[in-house]
Amino acid sequence: MKQKDIEQIIHDDHTGMSLIVKTVARMMIAVIILFAFYIILYGHLTPGGGFAGGVILAIAYTLMMLAFSRKMALHKFSDFWASFWDNIGMLAFIILGFLGLNSGYFLYNFIWHGKPFHLVSAGIIPLANIAIGVKVGACLYAIFIGLSIYGRLIIKEEE
Amino acid sequence: METFFIIMLVLMIIGAIIAVETKNMLSAVIAAGVVGFGVSVLFLFLKAPDIAITQVIVEVLSLIILIRVTTKADNEAIERKIDSFANIAGLVFVGIFVGFCIWAFVDMTPFGTPLMRVSQHYLSAGLEETGAANTVAAVILDYRAYDTLGEAVVIFTSILGAFVILRSRGKKKIYEEDYVKVGIPE
Repeated sequence: MKQKDIEQIIHDDHTGMSLIVKTVARMMIAVIILFAFYIILYGHLTPGGGFAGGVILAIAYTLMMLAFSRKMALHKFSDFWASFWDNIGMLAFIILGFLGLNSGYFLYNFIWHGKPFHLVSAGIIPLANIAIGVKVGACLYAIFIGLSIYGRLIIKEEE
Repeated sequence: METFFIIMLVLMIIGAIIAVETKNMLSAVIAAGVVGFGVSVLFLFLKAPDIAITQVIVEVLSLIILIRVTTKADNEAIERKIDSFANIAGLVFVGIFVGFCIWAFVDMTPFGTPLMRVSQHYLSAGLEETGAANTVAAVILDYRAYDTLGEAVVIFTSILGAFVILRSRGKKKIYEEDYVKVGIPE
């Protein structure tokens, strides 16, 4: 998909929703993703965390799919990469748990805790939040992909 | 109590192995049910009756759905006749479960006793022990990190299942035969 096709999707009235929705979505999606990263990264200081931030991250891409089209969202974040980041997040969380075995028990908080109320503090908790956020975001978006494209996607190439 | 736990665990492991190895789908479903009900009995004796009740409900629902899936899709409405053996067997199993419940509830904490011992520790020592200003994050990612791992595995497995089931094209070639026939024998 080239730049020309993307612009055609944005300006075409027949793909996706109306012009108002498209304009608002184009402005909001980046802000929503930024907010999701804020929620994930500050999970150990403010309310929120990996699960909530991941859901917001998934919502941004779902909004992209609803406002523009299936083709646009799959161009930005395809089902392969959704599944890939899902696996990476899960693997990172489990590896973080196993690294704790080195100095104690499974999921031991082995990194220096730092000063409370600072961004770099609380040992493995921010890292685990990031892993869970990536995992949940990719995973919920992948569920939406699975429900919307599979079975409808016409497969062109032959076996 | 230790020996009882070991017996239950061995029973559950045997059930799981049978569920994986057997060729008959219905036997596999029922053998998987053994694992679920064993877990619920273990939860009862580990003083978590709420989780035990949830486990029983989930287990019953999933057993019904899985049995409905594995039996033939086009079976007729079952004629209504009183099957005394099934009734008696059901009553006996309910009685056994109620007996386990009574045995487990005998040494529960008495009603009205404060149960804030563990959570009080989280509130008072959470900041020094974990360094996280958000106590909820300290609980779910440090003290109860296993629980969070379990939830992440649940979501991971669900999306794995969704991707496998909803995908329009299988990984197997069309002309390949099934290695073994599964399902209810005719």
